[in-house]
Amino acid sequence: MEPKEYRSSIMERRKEVLASLGNLGAKIYEQIDRGFFPSIEMPSRSTENIYYDPKFRQYILGDKRVKRSARNIRHLKPFAQLVWTALFSYELTSQRKTSTLRDVYYSAQAYEMTFKDQQESNNIITDLETVLGFSREDFNIFPEERSAVFGDLTISYTVPGYEGKTLNLTSHPDGVMIGPALTSADFVETSADKVIAIEKGGLFTRFIEENVHKKFNAILVLTAGQAPRATRHFIGRLNRELRLPVYVFTDGDPWGMHIAMVIISGSANAAHLRDLTTPDAKWSGVWATDIVNYKLPTDPLDEIDMKRLYELQKDPRYKEDPLWQREIKTFMKIKRKAEQEAFSRYGLTYIVDEYLPAKLEETK
Amino acid sequence: MAQVTFEEISASDFFYRNRDIAGFTNPTRAIFAAVRELVENSLDAAESLKIPPEIYVRLSFEGEASKETQIYKLRVEDNGIGVPPRHIPSAFGQVLFGSKYKLKQQRGTFGLGGKMAILYGQITTHQPATIISSTGMSKIYMYKLLIDIQRNRPIILDRKVFLNKEGWRGTIVEFSLEGDYLRAMPKILEYFKQTAMVNPYANLTFVDPKGRLYKFIRATTVMPDPPKETLPHPYGVDVELLQRLIQITPYKNMLEFLKNHFHRVGEITATKFLEFSGISPSKNPKRLSHEEIVRLMHMLKKFKEFLPPDASCLSPLGEELLKTGVLKELKPEFVAVHQRKPATYAGHPFIVEVAIAYGGEIPQRGGFLIYRFANRIPLLYDEASDVSVKVINAMNWRRYKVSPDMPIAIVVHICSTKVPYKTVGKEFIADRPEVRREIANGLREVARQIQRFLTRREHVDRERKRLGVFSKYLPKIAHFSAKLAGKEKPPDIEKLLRSVKRFGAEGV
Ligand SMILES: Nc1ncnc2c1ncn2[C@@H]1O[C@H](COP(=O)(O)OP(=O)(O)OP(=O)(O)O)[C@@H](O)[C@H]1O
Ligand SMILES: [Mg+2]
Repeated sequence: MEPKEYRSSIMERRKEVLASLGNLGAKIYEQIDRGFFPSIEMPSRSTENIYYDPKFRQYILGDKRVKRSARNIRHLKPFAQLVWTALFSYELTSQRKTSTLRDVYYSAQAYEMTFKDQQESNNIITDLETVLGFSREDFNIFPEERSAVFGDLTISYTVPGYEGKTLNLTSHPDGVMIGPALTSADFVETSADKVIAIEKGGLFTRFIEENVHKKFNAILVLTAGQAPRATRHFIGRLNRELRLPVYVFTDGDPWGMHIAMVIISGSANAAHLRDLTTPDAKWSGVWATDIVNYKLPTDPLDEIDMKRLYELQKDPRYKEDPLWQREIKTFMKIKRKAEQEAFSRYGLTYIVDEYLPAKLEETK
Repeated sequence: MAQVTFEEISASDFFYRNRDIAGFTNPTRAIFAAVRELVENSLDAAESLKIPPEIYVRLSFEGEASKETQIYKLRVEDNGIGVPPRHIPSAFGQVLFGSKYKLKQQRGTFGLGGKMAILYGQITTHQPATIISSTGMSKIYMYKLLIDIQRNRPIILDRKVFLNKEGWRGTIVEFSLEGDYLRAMPKILEYFKQTAMVNPYANLTFVDPKGRLYKFIRATTVMPDPPKETLPHPYGVDVELLQRLIQITPYKNMLEFLKNHFHRVGEITATKFLEFSGISPSKNPKRLSHEEIVRLMHMLKKFKEFLPPDASCLSPLGEELLKTGVLKELKPEFVAVHQRKPATYAGHPFIVEVAIAYGGEIPQRGGFLIYRFANRIPLLYDEASDVSVKVINAMNWRRYKVSPDMPIAIVVHICSTKVPYKTVGKEFIADRPEVRREIANGLREVARQIQRFLTRREHVDRERKRLGVFSKYLPKIAHFSAKLAGKEKPPDIEKLLRSVKRFGAEGV
């Protein structure tokens, strides 16, 4: 491990982000100054321009591009909103302040740049991501939802007032929230040799109580349902920067399966971004075959669950690894689903003592 | 054995018993109808001299009559032609006595309206009516009258003569009646407003029982040309009328009779008609048998070659005055008016005038405001049964970019020597195909005009909005991008704004 290199990576990235925002401003300024209506080009995010790329193992945008021109009256307002968002992001990033998506929506009003609703301001932020190729977290804009991490990893903050301060992520028994400060922190050192991502808070707490982090040398990440982008980015960094393998444990149903998939291959909504995926992460359970093998207490799959399975069966991301198709078929056959808590039928520690080691081994 | 008794009733008795048909249905309708009848008489009286009417109406509270009704004194003063003293008692005390039976357009027709009001007052309060009038000569006459209902005769209680030192001309009618003013108030006020709309050359003043003053001031002194008297048109006669004409005619043969008593019938037409109907030109009209008269009436209707009646007996408001009236009372942003050429139904000439007004003070209420008039009288009741309303509802307004949720008022004015009212109450107009067609054609014309206006306005609106968007957002883009690029001040956007104005922009 070479901590120094990692520390500078955060700083470097901020510089890049600021330069790219400044360039955007300069480009627009110049166009107006030369008497032209300013315009911006970016890859199209329409569905027909989203492709699954087996090489990157994620969705990417195709070659189709769209042009936003201030000459077009329908583009004018979103154009102004985009430039404002860029300016707002620039100020956040350079002053090292963070803001939530909701904050952005409200801050705009101070500039007489009203957004119709939160959805509209979120869309403009996505536009800015697409134009510059950075994600909103790079602009210090975060969604509301938060997840957590626990384990032997020492980080060093880069946020103002905490620069250089370090924290070991075992210091709080509830875990540490994956918020802006943690996302922008540098990794200093770790004794862990793997990452275990868990869908549900109950199990996350159980794992901490049962010392899973020690027994398995693991950093535990709570995704709290579908993992927020900051969390996916964080898992990706753990995987790339610390070269830790990632294992994902979810409920045994199509929805849990897809939580794992989004961590691995990303979502179509983020096709314009890289670095949010962890292609080598593994879905370790609960599989449909686990339900059968472990004789877990189950609920029947309902109509919506079945519909979702058919959708996933056709999804290119699910054609990568035969594991997915096998599990989908099994779900369809048994028409049952099981939650992670279902292991409690064999006693509270069964999942840690028996199931976890077996699955870690199986999906190594 | 039961005994059947026969009796004859007088005209006033008849109308007293059937006061519903004249509009005196209940205390609310009655007070409205009384005001209306007297105001209309006053308007007629001023217009027949072509002087701008000056009418003062006062309703004052006299006392309680019952739980819901009160006694009011109604006083109406005008600057009209006045009533010659020897006619005053009959004009105001004898039903079916009037000066307006001639064939020309006037508000009054039946010789009934004013008397019904007075009669109603007399029945409900047992008080005489006071009439003061002068034709502008040296004297002013005052009569206190009651109507003898059984005999249909005025009873003169008092008569005074004053010297007319100031040369006053006009008429004052005053009597008491029972009514429910509070209920009638909206209609009465609406009546004055609409009367002011189609009589924009009149000054109307109304003082209500609470002492509130409503003034409708004239916007012009120009008045429409007064109607000329006319002879009946052959297509419009009935047996009754033929018999009356035969009775009074001094002419001894059919040729002269036709030439002199009918509208648009000359030597040639009369000769042709007599040939057509096989009647000898030299036949003495007084010798016609009843069967022959009936036959004559049918032949008159059958003969195709009579010229249509001319409209000199009509006195439409005219496009200018209609526009003045609408602008004065409705204060719209835009008004289009149109007068149709004269047309006829059943031998009666008529003219339709229409207006459509948009915006300004016209309220938006999810339906058109419809104003109906006949011979410059507002029609306030039974809107749904009126032919104008049927035509308006049947029109395809969307074709003209007009929709009922716009602030739009539509005015339809029909004038005729014989307005096709459906009832004596003069409240709505019957659905005659000829009338319907004229209204529809008139409305189409003003609809086209408002469509042009709306299109132009929409264009201007859109252009203004478009420029608004550019001048709102371009400065912001300039400002934000300059800050982002670290520049001192924003780039100049004047050139861009100018080009938007000159050439327009894409995607609009
Ligand atoms: N204010 C007035 N000034 C001059 N003459 C009047 C006035 N009021 C009434 N008259 C005369 O009295 C007559 C009778 O009036 P009345 O209202 O009873 O009937 P009308 O107006 O002839 O017909 P209608 O029944 O349609 O009102 C009128 O024809 C008119 O000659
Ligand atoms: Mg009258």
